[in-house]
Amino acid sequence: MNKKFIVNLMLGALMLTGLLQATGGVKDLTGAGATFPYPLYARWFDIYHNETGIQVNYQAIGSGGGIRQLLNKTVDFGGTDAFMNDRELAKSPENPILHFPTCLGAVVITYNIPGNPELKLTPKVISGIFLGKITRWNDPKLVQLNPEVKLPSQKIVVVHRSDGSGTTFVFSDYLSKVSKEWAQRVGKGKSLRWPVGLGGKGNPGVAGLIKQIRGSIGYVELAFAEKNNLPYASIKNKHGKFIKPTLKSISLAAKVNIPPDTRVSITDTEAPEGYPIASFTWIIFYREQNYGKRSYERAKELINLFWWMIHQGQQYNENLLYGKLPAPVIKTAEKIIKSVTYNGKPILR
Amino acid sequence: MKGIRLRILKDRAFKFAIYLLSLLSLTPLFLIMFYTFRKGLKAINLQFLTHLPKPVGVEGGGISNAIVGTFLLVTIASAISIPVGVWAGIYLSENKRSWISEFLRITVDILQAIPSIVIGIIAYLWVVKPMGRFSALSGGIALAIMMLPIVVRNTEEVLRLIPPYLKEASLALGVPYHRTIIKVIIPAGIPGIVSGILLGISRIAGETAPLLFTAFGNQFMNWNIMKPVNALPLLIFNYAMSPYDEWKRLAWGASVVLILLVLAGNIISRMVAKKWKVQF
Amino acid sequence: MKGKRAFKLSLIIAVLIVAIIFFAAAISLTLGSLPALKEFGWKFFFSKEWDPVSDRFGALPFLVGTLLTSFLALIISLPLSLSISILLGEYMKNGRFSSTVKSLVDLIAAVPSVIYGFWGLEVLVPFVRNLEIKFGIVPYGVGIFTASLILSFMIIPNTASLAREVIELVPGDLKEAAYSLGATRYEVIKKVTLPYARSGILAGILLSLGRALGETMAVTMVIGNNNNIPKNLFYPANTMASVIANEFTEATGDIYYSSLIAIGFALFLVTALFGILGRYIINKTTIKIAK
Repeated sequence: MNKKFIVNLMLGALMLTGLLQATGGVKDLTGAGATFPYPLYARWFDIYHNETGIQVNYQAIGSGGGIRQLLNKTVDFGGTDAFMNDRELAKSPENPILHFPTCLGAVVITYNIPGNPELKLTPKVISGIFLGKITRWNDPKLVQLNPEVKLPSQKIVVVHRSDGSGTTFVFSDYLSKVSKEWAQRVGKGKSLRWPVGLGGKGNPGVAGLIKQIRGSIGYVELAFAEKNNLPYASIKNKHGKFIKPTLKSISLAAKVNIPPDTRVSITDTEAPEGYPIASFTWIIFYREQNYGKRSYERAKELINLFWWMIHQGQQYNENLLYGKLPAPVIKTAEKIIKSVTYNGKPILR
Repeated sequence: MKGIRLRILKDRAFKFAIYLLSLLSLTPLFLIMFYTFRKGLKAINLQFLTHLPKPVGVEGGGISNAIVGTFLLVTIASAISIPVGVWAGIYLSENKRSWISEFLRITVDILQAIPSIVIGIIAYLWVVKPMGRFSALSGGIALAIMMLPIVVRNTEEVLRLIPPYLKEASLALGVPYHRTIIKVIIPAGIPGIVSGILLGISRIAGETAPLLFTAFGNQFMNWNIMKPVNALPLLIFNYAMSPYDEWKRLAWGASVVLILLVLAGNIISRMVAKKWKVQF
Repeated sequence: MKGKRAFKLSLIIAVLIVAIIFFAAAISLTLGSLPALKEFGWKFFFSKEWDPVSDRFGALPFLVGTLLTSFLALIISLPLSLSISILLGEYMKNGRFSSTVKSLVDLIAAVPSVIYGFWGLEVLVPFVRNLEIKFGIVPYGVGIFTASLILSFMIIPNTASLAREVIELVPGDLKEAAYSLGATRYEVIKKVTLPYARSGILAGILLSLGRALGETMAVTMVIGNNNNIPKNLFYPANTMASVIANEFTEATGDIYYSSLIAIGFALFLVTALFGILGRYIINKTTIKIAK
């Protein structure tokens, strides 16, 4: 009996520490989801911890993961670059899930060929490559677009995401708009039936693979290409101009009317100088915060965090190559955050 | 004579082949160890062991929360699997032929064969979903399910090795059955049982798959078992697949720490068992 | 008497707990898989369409990936493991060097899988990639071949130790009889030791195969994560275990979620089968030898 007793004592002591911490006020929040904004969020939550003492534990498991875990109510908030569609939202009819955007980003086409040249690509060529129809770097269509570049005769190695990704959603959303064949054969979504290619886990996984494989091509968020010194392409937009992804071209792409629930796609933008594969990324959460034994304090801390993200947080965006939220978008986001309730009463006044 | 020469030739050739193939197979395995140590040892210093991981681009950073997390997970797993496992092992060694024992042995065999990722699914369904959050507790429970079969089998084998005269002498002296087991047999087998427990701990300390959907990970330090927690294998997995060199450096260092932990557990377990077996 | 009763009760409780864990696990997996199996039927395991967009799932690519990597790993590792076991069981049976090597092999078996995967990513994948460039194959580096290599490294120590134990159990007098008839070492091993230890070695193989089938981390890191049936051995693919690891936390949609659990259930059944078979053969062998 001695051994068992000691062991049970240990377990009891551990649980006690857990309980003690639980009653000491809310000191931490949990989030999960998109890797797209991860470099920015990691910075934000580090600074937020220094400023307020609240630990925000965000695990970048992909947008699909963020949505799933929010639906399972195992996290306080989710992060996704693929806003939830009506079918997904219908999974929580009694307690609606809200979105607000946190920043602007760009999905860039990045690659690894000798010389790291800056390539020009068109929608047709991009869909051809990712459909597996254009298989060599020196394919005439590529050479025609980039006459000054010495393209190798190598086979193109396509790299995509292996996990459920909002970045994939944004990319495939764009491809579905500009290529009928893509829309029919593959469609848009967070996880796709890729005709060709390797899968990397998260934006970092894809960047890692492209860095290592000569002749590879893939899609990542701009910050990941920059951080890893990977070149990226200029893409021909709707108006026939080749646009390079920059903070400016991303912001221009976002000059659209944003709906009150903030769910909008800005790919294949109408803006003449806008980058065609730009996107917002969202935070998702429940409107009524009293669910599953959540305390009022926890809800309040969550709202404080959200408010900080769209106001004080924005000053850190551009250094990390994410676009700031345009003023009208911030206004809409404020309305949404103010609509969050606890027991029916709004938390922020 | 020719026949004999051929046979001797075959014999020599075979011996050569065996030695060569053995060398060939052991070399990569040793290489892996050396490579890990070479890359990892330079990452280890006091800061590495006591600091938290930092976001990419910020200097410094360490694996302190992963070490704490692994410790928490192992403790929870042990707290669950040791009492249940040892007791079940005692039952098996005391009731060698009953149908319950046969059934239990098969059950334990199956549990041991289950892939760790499937155990992760089970722990997610049983603990994470109902609790509404990821936690060290759910990770510990997943690891406990993995550690249980090891403890059960090991305890049974150890107790079987104890010569029957010990039990008979105690019973003959009038000591009641249950006290015989608890105060005579178990203490006699403690080193063996402990050795098995250490083996189990070494095994689960390195497991990653069951933690993917249970412990979940955490950038911060966390001692609270009801919350998500980081762990050495999780950190290695996440950082290994990233493109950042600073993170990979941390992953190598963490790999060295993990290997040392696992090896220490194995070696100590072996030493304890050997010394104890000599008694009988 | 009361103490004895209470004690025996506590033993039974422990046994019950283990049994309950087992049954509850099986039930959870079954219940979780039902939605997918009801939707797709048994065709689930023969369909190669894994399409989260249209909610159509088939597990064939992962079955293929699992079988290919496991069997390839087995084929690669078998001669190597057998060599080690014969070395330690026959040629270097005693002595300090022998016991050192035996301990080293057991220690290597203890290295966690994620570290094998990390090493594989950093060393093996670039190596295979260079090989592929030399042979003019698409230089993925990751893929079935790389995953099988890593897997074979991982199962060598286990198989070797098991096989060695069985080889050591071969009765000395049988071997002595053969030697006294003038047989060479090689002939004794080939005609006496190995046939005698055959079933034990088979059990070891089954157990290692069971381990290889369920191995997750190292494989996930080097297999390339492609949800189609691989075109050749150097192509990226996915196994049953690695697709669960990649997609479980984010399976939105109940059929998606249930399909992954169904794959986990299939893994459970298969590895359970191998585990029981392997253990059964070992028991029969040791009983035979003990007699």
